[in-house]
Amino acid sequence: MSPTLLIVLAVVVLPLLWSIMIAFQQLRLLEIGTASPFRSLTLANFERVFASGELWVSLGTTLVYTAGSVILSITLGLIAAMAVRKPFRGRTFVRAAFLLPYVAPVVAVTFVWRTMLSPQFGIINEAGQSLFGWTQPIPFLSEAQRTLEVFGAEFPIPTALLTAIAFEGWRYFPFAFLFLMARLGALSAETEEAALVDGASPLQSFRYIVLPQLMPVIALLAILRTIWTFNEFDDIFLLTGGAAGTGVASVRVYEFLTVQRNVGAAAAQSLVLSLVLIVMLAIYMVLLRKRGERL
Amino acid sequence: MSSRVTPDPAAPVKQQPAARDVGSPPPSPPRFNRHTIERKALSILRWAVIVFFLLITLLPFYYMVLLSLKPIESLLRDPASVIVTPAEFTLRAYEQVLAPVSAGGQGFGTFLLNSAFVAVSAVILSLLVAVPGAYAVARLPFFGHRQVNALFLAAYLFPAIVMAIPLFVLFTRLGLRGSLVGLVLVYIAQTVPVAIYMLRNYLETVPVSVEEAGLVDGLSRIGVLRRISLPLVLPSIMATGLFIFMIAWNEFLFALLFLVERRDSWTVSLGLSQLSGSAEIPTTVLMAGSVVLTLPILIVFFSTERLLTGGLTAGAEKG
Repeated sequence: MSPTLLIVLAVVVLPLLWSIMIAFQQLRLLEIGTASPFRSLTLANFERVFASGELWVSLGTTLVYTAGSVILSITLGLIAAMAVRKPFRGRTFVRAAFLLPYVAPVVAVTFVWRTMLSPQFGIINEAGQSLFGWTQPIPFLSEAQRTLEVFGAEFPIPTALLTAIAFEGWRYFPFAFLFLMARLGALSAETEEAALVDGASPLQSFRYIVLPQLMPVIALLAILRTIWTFNEFDDIFLLTGGAAGTGVASVRVYEFLTVQRNVGAAAAQSLVLSLVLIVMLAIYMVLLRKRGERL
Repeated sequence: MSSRVTPDPAAPVKQQPAARDVGSPPPSPPRFNRHTIERKALSILRWAVIVFFLLITLLPFYYMVLLSLKPIESLLRDPASVIVTPAEFTLRAYEQVLAPVSAGGQGFGTFLLNSAFVAVSAVILSLLVAVPGAYAVARLPFFGHRQVNALFLAAYLFPAIVMAIPLFVLFTRLGLRGSLVGLVLVYIAQTVPVAIYMLRNYLETVPVSVEEAGLVDGLSRIGVLRRISLPLVLPSIMATGLFIFMIAWNEFLFALLFLVERRDSWTVSLGLSQLSGSAEIPTTVLMAGSVVLTLPILIVFFSTERLLTGGLTAGAEKG
């Protein structure tokens, strides 16, 4: 036991504490090889992070991005799980196919999406122009905003952010699908059969019998996905590079670190992220306790 | 919640206005009540949904393979084409992407070796740490049991971007930045908590009585673990190992932070992301790179799918 504990302490807990130290120090990328870890502390990094106003913009973007993708991925996962609930020929294959977006390497799938959505030769814009009569290609990943006209009313649409949300919904619906399938498989058939005898229609039995039993898993999925999406870096970075209104908080950490070469500011920004995370972790733990499960 | 439509036998075949009929026993199966209509609609909808999901999950991968097999000229000439004609079929992109830089290629051969080294080392070392750890968590009662579990869970959930900064600083100081060994260390830390979580779920399926029988027969704790418990969960250990392999093979952020300055130690993920930014490399070549990156994962995943998903979702089945 103890070697495992030691490793986790050494690679998770200590770096975290160190990260907190760095957040209160003036540390540039050039100095990290030489600077003492116990230099004088300062609040300058936080002033810098909070004062620019970009923090609030990026947190707002992160919030929209997270809420959108969590809701989308769980909804898609629920629909998919209900659709393949009853056994049919080829279900094993269908199930495995549904898991593809989740297991494939993120670099490869973001790259395929970028190619498919490309305004120059992407298949989606080609199809849109030849089949749906788009007058010109839509730059899905590089356009911050577009105005949509519906019956004379104009709606602003954040194109790139919505595309990123769609991607996230696509990539993580299998995760929700997997957990909901497992729960559905463990439901007892009796209640549903009784409802059937009482004349409940399929939709009614879903609404009043199946869904309530899935709610604990859905709540758990929502918390887990929120924790992960809120801190997601790879997907946005690889898809848009954080441009066109998709600058989520984690991409800003990366920019502080590599573009501005300011390690202290990066740590301060990531500390703000961690605080949000800790609050969500606490909710998660309370939820687990409520379910009477050991951690 | 019982609302039915009572059918009028003389009426033409179309939907009837709903007549409330609560409480009476169900009559002989009516042809057009809410129940059958919903059932019919849903059974059609179900197939439509399955087809829709198959399209959105399979098409991107089909497109990836498609583009990797045709010359860039035919993609630019006819972007809407969704098949490869025998005339344009070519493996040139794969040759280009795999050939070493000295031979005018992109050097993905080296990247593959790097990725394989990192992922395989992460699997072996993580399992060495996680198997005894998971056994302890599953079986041995000890002080602070709950807290240690919570710590693992927190480590599993903690985001990479937060850990990245101190690790970046630490690795720079130790001179490990740019080395694959450093990357392996990070991956071990990332995968051990998940591995312990999964292995614990598997280990708990071994009945305690079997182990006690071993103890009674004079085996030591270690002997029980080695002779009885481990052989029973060996398939699960392999599945966990393959899961670690997938995590390490797919990882991107730490590879980007630690290795970006040294092309000869790039992993496949990093190589693909770095080269996709440059204008000189045709999309078809990069698609071939994507296929090369994805293929090992698909092989690993499909060979262990059942075990993997079982271990991951073990907690979800208890309401």
